[in-house]
Amino acid sequence: MTNAPGTNPDQANAAAIAEAAPPLQQRSRWQTAARELRRAPLSAQFGMIIVLFYIILAVFAPLIAPYSENELVGVQYAPWSDEFVFGTDQLGRDMLSRLIFGARNTIGIAFVTTLLAFLIGGSLGLLASILGGWADQILGRAVDVLMAIPLLIFALVLLSIVGPSWINLALIIAVLDSTRVFRLSRAVAMNVVVMDFVEAARLQGEGLSWIMAREILPNILPPLVAEFGLRFCFVFLTVSALSFLGLGIQPPAADWGSMVRENATLINYGDITPLLPAAAIALLTVAVNFVVDWFLHKTSGLKE
Amino acid sequence: MNAVFRTILQRLGFGVLTLFVVSIIIFTTIELLPGDFAKSILGQSATPETVAAFQRQIGLDKPAPVRYFDWIVGVLQGDFGFSFASAGALGGGQARTVLSLVAPRLANTLFLASMAAIIAVPLALALGMLAALYRNSLFDRIVNLTTLTSISVPEFFVAYILMLFLAVKFPIFYSLANVSLDTPFFERLARCALPAMTLVLVIVAHMMRMTRAAIINLLASSYIEMSRLKGLSPWRIIYYHALPNAWAPIANVIALNLAYLIVGVVVVEVVFVYPGIGQLMVDSVSSRDIPVVQACALIFAVAYVLLNLLADVVSIVTNPRLLHPR
Repeated sequence: MTNAPGTNPDQANAAAIAEAAPPLQQRSRWQTAARELRRAPLSAQFGMIIVLFYIILAVFAPLIAPYSENELVGVQYAPWSDEFVFGTDQLGRDMLSRLIFGARNTIGIAFVTTLLAFLIGGSLGLLASILGGWADQILGRAVDVLMAIPLLIFALVLLSIVGPSWINLALIIAVLDSTRVFRLSRAVAMNVVVMDFVEAARLQGEGLSWIMAREILPNILPPLVAEFGLRFCFVFLTVSALSFLGLGIQPPAADWGSMVRENATLINYGDITPLLPAAAIALLTVAVNFVVDWFLHKTSGLKE
Repeated sequence: MNAVFRTILQRLGFGVLTLFVVSIIIFTTIELLPGDFAKSILGQSATPETVAAFQRQIGLDKPAPVRYFDWIVGVLQGDFGFSFASAGALGGGQARTVLSLVAPRLANTLFLASMAAIIAVPLALALGMLAALYRNSLFDRIVNLTTLTSISVPEFFVAYILMLFLAVKFPIFYSLANVSLDTPFFERLARCALPAMTLVLVIVAHMMRMTRAAIINLLASSYIEMSRLKGLSPWRIIYYHALPNAWAPIANVIALNLAYLIVGVVVVEVVFVYPGIGQLMVDSVSSRDIPVVQACALIFAVAYVLLNLLADVVSIVTNPRLLHPR
């Protein structure tokens, strides 16, 4: 995305233009980014605004929320009113405030988990592609085995051993999900490892970590960034599902998955309040998908 | 035919190997339990004798490979051991076998899953093919947007929306799917309507998108273009030229999504309080009833591996290159 628009195949021509009119060249990175954002399709812009909105909610939760996360402020299951915009939950806590704090907990944990999955899966994938041979075989087979069991089921088994808590949840899902990251990063890195400049770096005597981080990583970044968005959605939905099942983020922390479960009885009275946290989950996933769609299109277009 | 046979045998061999490894993983989980686990299951008041009896019952006094062998032989005969939930009754009470807990619920889950699959598979294939044939039309775009949205939302969101509108606001269906063994067939169908509908919505979206992609991929290949340029009728192109090569991707799509059903079923059963194996597994994870968790996980994993194996076999059997070797 940061490629300057001047990198077109007609090298000689471009060089000539550069000599003739230097001031036209070199937009700063920020300018290029701003330009790309303005040109993005409506769905992607909508997605980015939503994502930004969620980030602001998550970061400034204590400032925005009218009440604190766990304060008992009213009667149980109070209806929507001026005082409590979305009513109160099963213990009498303000629903709106918990929704806002939920953004912080749910998104935060999903984000950390995805980051961890990329650290593990990405570095192992790069390692497998560079080392090849036995290391590649062993890592590949281990990943095959881990992927032979559906992720949610595997996570349930491990949670039954270590007991539910948010740290266990994040670690388990990060490890299980890193298998998918491993597959992708190994596959894309394979195409780069065989290139001459990697060979040159090797002959020059650069260490493993230099080759991984400075030679290969920059070249496989765009597909990994797009994958980060998709994996985040997947992790986010899995974390929410497990929290909904009562095995993820534990009370009293506000979390969208468990909020749906805790207030589910209201559905039987035709009240849509329990659907709000579920809708918050859905909206963020859709928004991230829109942005990723555009980004994938963008980066694959630039590569041609 | 020989080549087909050999490839299938290879796949089956690999499948058996995968199942073996999966069973080892699931067995190993019990090894990871902390040492004082017996105490936390039996309660702090447990006497040393009860703890010892409990450990003997789950076989902790024998080395791990022996225990694995005992366990897997038992499992192959349908004996998954005893539920921890009844371990407190060690003093002489009746311990419940895992099998007696799992068996009736497995039947329920299979009923719900097959109900969803019977509706979802033809629907998704038809929608996917139509979207591929009329791609970039208004129909294609609407279907695309709807499915992109519905794969992005959590299963429980779909489930509660259906419950809110089809059971509470307009009471057409039952809001809870509490069936028992002696529920008559048609009432069972009616009670399962909403959970089945949720599962259908969730997997149709995936399945339809994958079918569309597979068919578009196929229609873009040059031999299809050739037959079109020859002036063949669209029906002939699809039936004689595209379909023989389409079976493999379609089988893959179906198997992948039926495997996806496994995950969906866990959440949906909890929402609708359906007495299936998914709900049993969630309950057992909360109460840390490891033998039951192991049994459920093994059943889910075996179903998953077998479905993927089936897809492989179907794509081998329908592969024109293997069927008509030169």
